[in-house]
Amino acid sequence: MIEVQSLSKRYGSNKAVDNISFTVNDGEILGFLGPNGAGKTTTMNILTGYLSSSSGNAKINGIDVLEDPIRAKKEIGYLPEQPPLYPDMTVKEYLSFIYDLKKCTLPKDSHLAEICSLVKIENVYTRLIKNLSKGYKQRVGLAQALVGNPRVLILDEPTVGLDPKQIIEIRTLIKSLGKNHTVILSSHILPEVSAVCDRIVVINKGKLVADGNPEELSKTLSADHRLTVRIEGNERNIYSLLTSIPNVNAVRCLGEKEAGAFDFTVEADEGKDIRRELFKRLSERGMPLLYSKSMEMSLEDIFLNLTGEGQAE
Amino acid sequence: MIAIIKRELKAYFSAPTGYIFLAGFFIFSGVFLYLCNLIYATADMSELYSLLFTLSLLLLPLLTMRLMSEEKKQKTDQLLLTSPVSLSGLVFGKFLAAFLMYMIGLSITLIYALVLAVYTSPGWAMVFGNYIGLAFVGGAIIAIGLFISSLTESQVVAAIGTYAAVILVLMIDLFAAYIPIDFLSTALMSLSFFNRYSEFTLGLFNLEHMIFFFSVYAVFIFLTVRILDKKRWN
Repeated sequence: MIEVQSLSKRYGSNKAVDNISFTVNDGEILGFLGPNGAGKTTTMNILTGYLSSSSGNAKINGIDVLEDPIRAKKEIGYLPEQPPLYPDMTVKEYLSFIYDLKKCTLPKDSHLAEICSLVKIENVYTRLIKNLSKGYKQRVGLAQALVGNPRVLILDEPTVGLDPKQIIEIRTLIKSLGKNHTVILSSHILPEVSAVCDRIVVINKGKLVADGNPEELSKTLSADHRLTVRIEGNERNIYSLLTSIPNVNAVRCLGEKEAGAFDFTVEADEGKDIRRELFKRLSERGMPLLYSKSMEMSLEDIFLNLTGEGQAE
Repeated sequence: MIAIIKRELKAYFSAPTGYIFLAGFFIFSGVFLYLCNLIYATADMSELYSLLFTLSLLLLPLLTMRLMSEEKKQKTDQLLLTSPVSLSGLVFGKFLAAFLMYMIGLSITLIYALVLAVYTSPGWAMVFGNYIGLAFVGGAIIAIGLFISSLTESQVVAAIGTYAAVILVLMIDLFAAYIPIDFLSTALMSLSFFNRYSEFTLGLFNLEHMIFFFSVYAVFIFLTVRILDKKRWN
């Protein structure tokens, strides 16, 4: 379990992380989402003990990272954005070094073999790291995070720079790791977090701006005041009926999508649910409602909305 | 710490640095043996050790220049600093690795002494005195070089900085001689590496000098730890 309370990090007058709090439960995969420079890496660096916080605290499985860093670090496997690899070592030498560095007590050969099999690097086990492809280097980086079987994994942009096939493989791997580990995964790639994570924390300009699962976030932000409907009947009659519904402030015809039926977007005042009133009026006028859907925001829309970038555009 | 020592020793031999250092040490010490002992058919190794003192100061920055700077450059410091290892253990491990490499180089002189001993006694007290004196001075240069390496990402800058520090250390005696104020001159002389090293070469093991060199190690290892720690708190 990871607990972050009122965490802040200042660089001079600039606040890289501004009073953020969140909790990651055991066995949860948390997506840490935000644009570049939002404070994701700084937060992760504080969690792993690489940086100190200016205020607030972070606990890994109940151990305060600042008060007892060595014990806290034992609980963590960390993959920084740039995998910390020694190019002059073979994969075997490197993982063996990490094993010794972390003072592991698990049986060495079988533990390293298990990790290599998990991240699929057995075929490059005796090769020099400098001769590996970017994808394999990333896997070796992930393997070092898994050495010692830490209960918490912190992965900073683990798929950056990989080709699509490698991205899918790494995502699948992280998803499977989530069954036995608590994982924080940072990314600015939206499909990645939606594909892998149980929950998303959105951070922007150092501040936490949203916390929930992808569906919840979409629902919260879109509500029921924006609908897309398909109604059979005369276009003008439908339009006048929709505009006559109380609290409706915008109606737009999207065209005839089926023979004799038109699609409309209906936008009501924020917080007003017009679905019942719409159904009642259509049934009174005998106009069949063929289709109705709340205009849920895509993850991209949510992201842009939360980080204010959509408004800027 | 043992993991760090093993890693550093491996790194010396996976790059030319370790080979250049040892080759330099072995070749020059061999030449010095020939020039100082074999030509004159003498077993007195004091001249050889005196030349090795200068050689050590010239070669040691090669050992220390990459110790911390390379970690920063390759971003592997992130791995070390997020591992369950204390900063002092990490820095001391690096210090010991470089010191071990230096001792491997220096050990060749003991073989020379053994060869000379076949014919006549090389004066073992003097041999061990020189050997230990060089080990103490070398350790101090390594501690200084390690500290300078922690200040930069560039190996070249670290090496140049360490050479500058070595020159400064060598010139302390000169500065002290030109300072007319007695207590300042004495204070400076008390910092002289060469002065303290000279007593070891006579086969004298002065506890004060040993404590001085151990203090230099402690100060620069502590400063290196502080530099690493400062990064966390900035």
